Amino acid sequence: MDLRLERVSHAYGSVRVLDDVSLAVPNGRIVCVVGPSGCGKSTLLRLMGGLERPLGGRVLQVGEPPAESLNPLTFIFQDFALLPWRTVAGNVALVLEDHRLGAGERERIIADVLARTRLTDFADAFPRQLSGGMKQRVGIARALSVRPAVMLMDEPLSALDSQTRELLLDDLVSLWLRTPFTAVYVTHNLEEAVRLGHQVVVLSGRPGRVRALVDIAVPLAERQPGDAVLEAHRRQLWQLLRDEASAVDRELLDA
Amino acid sequence: MPDASPDRAAGARPVPFRGGGFKPRPTGYAGPLAFVLLLALLELGARAGVISPLTMPAPSAVLQTLAELWTSGRLLDHLVPSLARLAVGATLGALAGIAVGLAIGLFSLARAGLVPLVAALFPIPKIALLPLFVIWFGIGEGSKYALIAFGTFTPMVVATYGGVDAVDRALIRMGQSFDLAWWSIVTKIILPGALPAILSGLRVASAIAIILLVAAEMLAAEHGVGAYVLEAGSLYDLERLFAGVTLLSLMGVVVNALIGRAERVLLRWRG
Repeated sequence: MDLRLERVSHAYGSVRVLDDVSLAVPNGRIVCVVGPSGCGKSTLLRLMGGLERPLGGRVLQVGEPPAESLNPLTFIFQDFALLPWRTVAGNVALVLEDHRLGAGERERIIADVLARTRLTDFADAFPRQLSGGMKQRVGIARALSVRPAVMLMDEPLSALDSQTRELLLDDLVSLWLRTPFTAVYVTHNLEEAVRLGHQVVVLSGRPGRVRALVDIAVPLAERQPGDAVLEAHRRQLWQLLRDEASAVDRELLDA
Repeated sequence: MPDASPDRAAGARPVPFRGGGFKPRPTGYAGPLAFVLLLALLELGARAGVISPLTMPAPSAVLQTLAELWTSGRLLDHLVPSLARLAVGATLGALAGIAVGLAIGLFSLARAGLVPLVAALFPIPKIALLPLFVIWFGIGEGSKYALIAFGTFTPMVVATYGGVDAVDRALIRMGQSFDLAWWSIVTKIILPGALPAILSGLRVASAIAIILLVAAEMLAAEHGVGAYVLEAGSLYDLERLFAGVTLLSLMGVVVNALIGRAERVLLRWRG
């Protein structure tokens, strides 16, 4: 299943946040969205996931999601959004309980996704006992459990320290290499964008418009930190963003 | 060669400590100790004749009265009806309060319609309405249940919708993004999220319930701790008066301890 945005515009009251954004998210690819803060990156993701309705334009699913997909459009949140009163396994179970699955099938899915995110030993731990990186791995496990057609990742690593971020980035790459998934990955971190994205969408400052589309041809498996081609892409992205970011930096917040 | 104590030589001294404090430490003995000290003081005063038995009975005399009450079997005659009234009235009031609070928290129309109403009901001294409840529900148990239920209802409404309002909206968005059913979001996200506030509301409500229990039993009851206290008071039998007050205070302590235990079990996830 692909995702397509056609001339999407959005506003909160009189503040226009997105203007005429057209995008395609092809099946099996990771599209990263970068842009200066307040450019509507997260809004774009919520529109794609149906949590908000665009004021103009259309968000389209192209093709049917795979039959086994329980929740085709699935989010991974920056702040993890785990229920503190449920254990790791309970947080994953939450999103399966409303589906008609046998108890055995549910257990099987939970065990599978916890193993894939290396959380099996922590199945009975409560979120407060986990480090930030582990919490986000629970978020990823929860997302995987509903077999999404498209994963919508809203700055999933931004709340983590830089070492944890590096580790989790490797985790995401290896998850993708094992079973390629489709994802929209919103970030302000260009490093992450060039490590994960098949394509990077650069948005302008508010209202967000597509400033540039940068394709990165290096296969995900071969991307290493410090790779020269990736570094060139990163610099190119920063050139594109720099002016936008400094313009945003001079704005009043509630202007 | 460096000085043996370079600190002193350079005029160095430790940075003065300015932190600490403002953090209650658990001191298990202080609570009982305060009780014991007060009782001992009263007992000594009574024994020494400083405190006349007409103004304040000796704690030992009160204890003796309680013991007689127990051996004569009249303790249960008073305690059982009181506890039954408390249980029935407070349960009815709390359940209704949680339901209405939840409705206010979930539905805009309920909020707009009911919040002003609850604000108007909250400050009414419920005791003043007892005659009204007697007319509506009869002089028997009905009016007592109604008074206690009404008294626990309003604080539970306020606590519950406050708790619902405080539930992290990001968790609700998460539930929606995974296509959870409305009912699942309410029972699995909103209610557990509001539970800490509901339980602390229950603490307030249970104290109010005990106060109203006594008020209800003072008007029309043959048995009950309130009736016992009223009778002792009208006879100026201070020992029995204090025995009854002790029972009421114990009821409060026990109910509070039960809620504390419920909190430890239900809110284990907070650690």
